[in-house]
Amino acid sequence: MSDAVSELRDVEVTVNGTVRRERVEPRLTLADFLRHTLGLTGTHVGCEHGVCGCCTVRLDGAAVRSCILFAVQAHGRRIETVEGLADGESLHPLQEAFSDHGALQCGFCTPGFLMTAIEFLDRYPDPDEEAVRDALSGSLCRCTGYQSIVAAVLDAARRLRQGG
Amino acid sequence: MKPAPFAYRDPDTVDEVLALLAEHGDDAKLLAGGQSLGPMLNMRVVSPAVVVDLNRVKALAGRGGSASGGFVIGALVRQADLEDDPAFAAAQPLAAAALPFIAHRPIRNRGTVAGSLVHADPAAEWGGVVLALDARIEVRQAGGASPRTVAAEDFFTGILETAVEPDELLAEIRLPPWPEDARWGFREFARRRGDFALAGVACRFEVDGAGGGRSVRIGLFGVGDTAVRARRAEAVLEGETPGPEVFAAAAAAVQDEVEPLDDGHASAGYRRHLAGVLVEDALADAWARNGGDEGEAA
Repeated sequence: MSDAVSELRDVEVTVNGTVRRERVEPRLTLADFLRHTLGLTGTHVGCEHGVCGCCTVRLDGAAVRSCILFAVQAHGRRIETVEGLADGESLHPLQEAFSDHGALQCGFCTPGFLMTAIEFLDRYPDPDEEAVRDALSGSLCRCTGYQSIVAAVLDAARRLRQGG
Repeated sequence: MKPAPFAYRDPDTVDEVLALLAEHGDDAKLLAGGQSLGPMLNMRVVSPAVVVDLNRVKALAGRGGSASGGFVIGALVRQADLEDDPAFAAAQPLAAAALPFIAHRPIRNRGTVAGSLVHADPAAEWGGVVLALDARIEVRQAGGASPRTVAAEDFFTGILETAVEPDELLAEIRLPPWPEDARWGFREFARRRGDFALAGVACRFEVDGAGGGRSVRIGLFGVGDTAVRARRAEAVLEGETPGPEVFAAAAAAVQDEVEPLDDGHASAGYRRHLAGVLVEDALADAWARNGGDEGEAA
């Protein structure tokens, strides 16, 4: 298998609107590709087995765990990471709501919460609290508790419905 | 927590997949959604020489109603595809009701039904669902042999073990036509939303002309080595008039027949208790659904 495993693959992906071409090992996860190959360290890696939600990004719009997806599988696809949320210096309404509600403490889980929540709000622009809690249940925060995160997502939904 | 090196193959056709399996056998792993295989690769629970990615095989991505009125789910159909498909909810209400309980949306966005089945975690919802629905699972192998079909009740052979051999591909799942006026229930208990269930049940039954239960199926998950039918509980309801007393008797039968495991999440005794409670509740839900019997449908 030694010959086979050394085979590198060309990957072309559109990350936050920019086309990136790289040559990678097949075993490289999308999370490590984003962080180490492309230098986009906003995507965080927590548990590395799909449980904590920190590494969540969007793949062709769908929120996915980038730690259990291989970079080669993203070939030809569109990826959005937390770095793509803000418009220059101007935060996305969801990020503003997180800031206003103190929905983070150490911030390690925050990129995953943001990318999970933004996909959820695309599908459910006017959710109730129960739906928000369900949508966020796959993301773990170990310091703030979830109260302020839920409040921020509900507030962000209001802001987005009013046009940001 | 990084996978060991592997060779990556991403064929376009089922025949190519089967040829790769014939060539590599046990040294190859099939990758569909990757939501079970990914963690196992990262933790090096498995270190296959070759990973065969199915995601380019369009022939495996199909889903929809079959000529016989059933519903076919190809090996690449993701949980979220079905969750968002009103036609699936209309055709297969029990399976549709189970979908939101499966992990979390980002997992359902990638994870496939076939992958869940072939991974065969004993606590996975689909195990109970395919047993309750008498699903049939089509398996293909290289060498031109005709596909073989495995009944759901013959599919699970042990913890993380199924009837699918290392050189075989689970090609599709066939859910039979939904019986008119069938009653169904789905219940599970997990400590947190999206966790694997400590115990769960998918059930379905019809009512015969004399008012007795007919074609009773009770599929349990999380209470043993594999998903399993609660045959004694099914027999309690078969031919009997549905109602609270019969459902309680079925629950007692379930608690007699299950063989749950002790683990760090729950004791065997607690799981046994839960299985009975959930079966009783799911049967009551089923009876109350579709109009039930007015007055009985409390």
